[in-house]
Amino acid sequence: MTTILNRIKAALGPDMAGPGFALIAVLLIFSLASPQFFSRATFGSVAFQLPELGLLTLAMLLPVLTGGLNLAITFTANIAGLTVAWVLQQNGGADAGPFAFLLGSVLGIGVGALSGLVMGLVIAYTRAHPILVSLSMMIFLRGLGEFLTRGGDVSGFPAFLQPLGHGSILGFPIPLLVFIGCVLIWHLLLTRMKLGFNTYMIGSNIEAARYSGVNTRKVLVLVYVLSGAMCAIAGIIMLARFNSVRVGHGESYLLITVLACFLGGVNPFGGFGRVIPVALALVVLQLLSSGLNILGANQHLATAVWGILLITVMILRFTAGHFKSLKRKKG
Amino acid sequence: MTGRESAKSGQKPLLILRNINMTFGGVRALKDISFDVLPGEVHCLAGENGSGKSTLIKIITGVYRPQDGAAIEFDGQTYAHMSPVTAQNSGIQVIWQDLALFPEMTVAENISFQTLLGRWPRFVNYNGMREKAVKALARLGVTLDVDRPLKDYAIAQRQIVAIARALVGEAKLVFMDEPTASLTQSETDHLLDIVRTLSASGVAVVFVSHRLAEVLEISSRLTVLRDGALVGAYSTEGMTQSRITELMTGKTFDQIVRACNAGGNPVVLEVDGLSRPGQFEDISFTVRRGETLGITGLLGAGRTELALSLFGMLKPRSGTVRLEGKPVHFSSNRDAIAAGIAYLSEDRLSLGLIQPQSIADNLVIASLGKITSGGLLSDSRKRDLVAQWITDLGVKIGLQGDAISTLSGGNQQRIAIAKWLATDPKLLILDAPTVGVDVGARAGIFDIVAKLAETGLAIILISDEVPEVYFNADRVLHMAKGRVVNQFMPADCSLAEIEAAVYA
Repeated sequence: MTTILNRIKAALGPDMAGPGFALIAVLLIFSLASPQFFSRATFGSVAFQLPELGLLTLAMLLPVLTGGLNLAITFTANIAGLTVAWVLQQNGGADAGPFAFLLGSVLGIGVGALSGLVMGLVIAYTRAHPILVSLSMMIFLRGLGEFLTRGGDVSGFPAFLQPLGHGSILGFPIPLLVFIGCVLIWHLLLTRMKLGFNTYMIGSNIEAARYSGVNTRKVLVLVYVLSGAMCAIAGIIMLARFNSVRVGHGESYLLITVLACFLGGVNPFGGFGRVIPVALALVVLQLLSSGLNILGANQHLATAVWGILLITVMILRFTAGHFKSLKRKKG
Repeated sequence: MTGRESAKSGQKPLLILRNINMTFGGVRALKDISFDVLPGEVHCLAGENGSGKSTLIKIITGVYRPQDGAAIEFDGQTYAHMSPVTAQNSGIQVIWQDLALFPEMTVAENISFQTLLGRWPRFVNYNGMREKAVKALARLGVTLDVDRPLKDYAIAQRQIVAIARALVGEAKLVFMDEPTASLTQSETDHLLDIVRTLSASGVAVVFVSHRLAEVLEISSRLTVLRDGALVGAYSTEGMTQSRITELMTGKTFDQIVRACNAGGNPVVLEVDGLSRPGQFEDISFTVRRGETLGITGLLGAGRTELALSLFGMLKPRSGTVRLEGKPVHFSSNRDAIAAGIAYLSEDRLSLGLIQPQSIADNLVIASLGKITSGGLLSDSRKRDLVAQWITDLGVKIGLQGDAISTLSGGNQQRIAIAKWLATDPKLLILDAPTVGVDVGARAGIFDIVAKLAETGLAIILISDEVPEVYFNADRVLHMAKGRVVNQFMPADCSLAEIEAAVYA
């Protein structure tokens, strides 16, 4: 029995413990508090809301692993969404065809990647702090976006975009499938590709990585380019879900993405963290907010509860580490 | 307990320890240790890493509490155990290897802050602080600007500040943990002078050092620990370095000159007139297949800069480098690695290995191409490659996934060497490969180096410890102030000749 448990533990990794525990706690508390919690509606709403925050969190994850941050993620998503909207409008607005959308998406992802490229180059070559660099990019994109849209919504998209935001395939919401696809790509990148390997190494000690022959500048630039591209995917999903683009949309997600990374066991100083536990952490956060919603709690209260959860996890993690080291000393 | 000297000197010891036992999680870290320090003496505490030196110091300074039955007598008072506060108040001070100073604060603040702790009212008396600091430095015969922030001073001066801080605490007994590890020869000499001054003024100094030459030079007595047990206390009179090594490791190391003549082998590296003004000038030499070229000289002689230039991380201003006859220009170390040059950094902790990451990842980082199949990294290939190198180089590890920082210095260095061998180099540059490696493990590292040379690898061995290059290199270049000033053949000259030239 214990060997099976150990094997499961080894397969999941120690970083699954935090979010796994939180998941069980959330499921338990809400199913006791409300009989309606275990319903299709709850999981449906989680499945549709998760992808936006999830994709932005994936965009945050790579820079965090290198020991940096990308504070421009939400506005990069907005600008990429605007790019798609612009291409659609140029091609007839509500009458635009799938090809226009495809072209817009490619351009949008290009714009997202470009934002990442600029940040990556500045960070890699000037060694300026990623917080400052991405903060500057964030302010630039926000100003640019508000200037272009005059602070309003851009809407009037073709009807075929509706399913991308609200449709399902075999019962799985399409945004969720996009998110799962991106999770798998990120997982493959971080576990099986040189870029992922080097991302972890740079996150722990960039100079030692450079002495070992890692092209640290290239890795940093690519990390931010990929982060920007992932923001763009989030921006396109947001466009489809709201059937509109507004600069500032999803802004409140920014810091939640950082916290979701830490809840998922990512080391805030870089070098350690896996995609799957982060995805699990996102599920927990989303279940928590949907559960509170069912109980009739205020939406703002849900945000407050997220904060409490994260603080609790950090305290628990500290105590767990403390007991583990005590046990090691004694045992 | 052979060679106990304190009894016959007739002086009552300042510190007497008896029956010191300490267990960590079932491992006996210290077994029935006795240890005496005489007033005003310089005493060396010797032993390999893990022999219990630090544990013993931590017991004396009250960080750890020994098991029941221990007796500690300091300055006429007996204690069952110390606490950090009683240790400090009764005059025991430690200067840890990392110094535990505040770089952003001034010299005066660093020296005097301890005397302010716990006083009421908690106001800071800056004039008093300055006065105390100036007085303490004067006692050491040193003048520093006490108002400047500590970070303006080099490591050697910071060491002196740490000693001055101990003096302000009215120390009767000062422990110094590896105080010379990051000092140059002249700085070390200066520090040793200061230790003598301290000792002459009646302060006893317990010196922990890996550098046996220093130990013999400075201390009058020596206590050796091995695997947590006391080997004995000895007078340093008539003691030799090899005898101390023997006591520390329990093995005999007969150092022999390994030099052999690789003169007929094809040239691997040919350096001609290489210069980087301010760091090194007009360097020319060749290294052949299977040859180990030693480069020695004091810190700041330009050795590391020369190595980094060969490795593509610095750009030489002029001169040529030929690898197997072809001129090479590297725009980064990636070019150098691809061309077959490997460089083991002198700074294993912050540049050589990525300490928090795993043993396996540190080993494969420079040769990811070897564990790739179909464009993706293969876990099984990685495991096999790592297992192979660990067997080949005799590395002792727990799990491949353990952090490299869990290994001893010697085993870490073996992984670092394996990392570079995995890139199939033609030339391996070893920059101070035994820094932070136990005496016993050093021999193992040099055995590996000798075997590598036999397989035809060209090796450049850089070290500021002349005996290392003398015994392990085929040819020795002496660098001073950025130039090669001498060449020695260990087969035809004595160690003393080279040492005289280098330390002159």
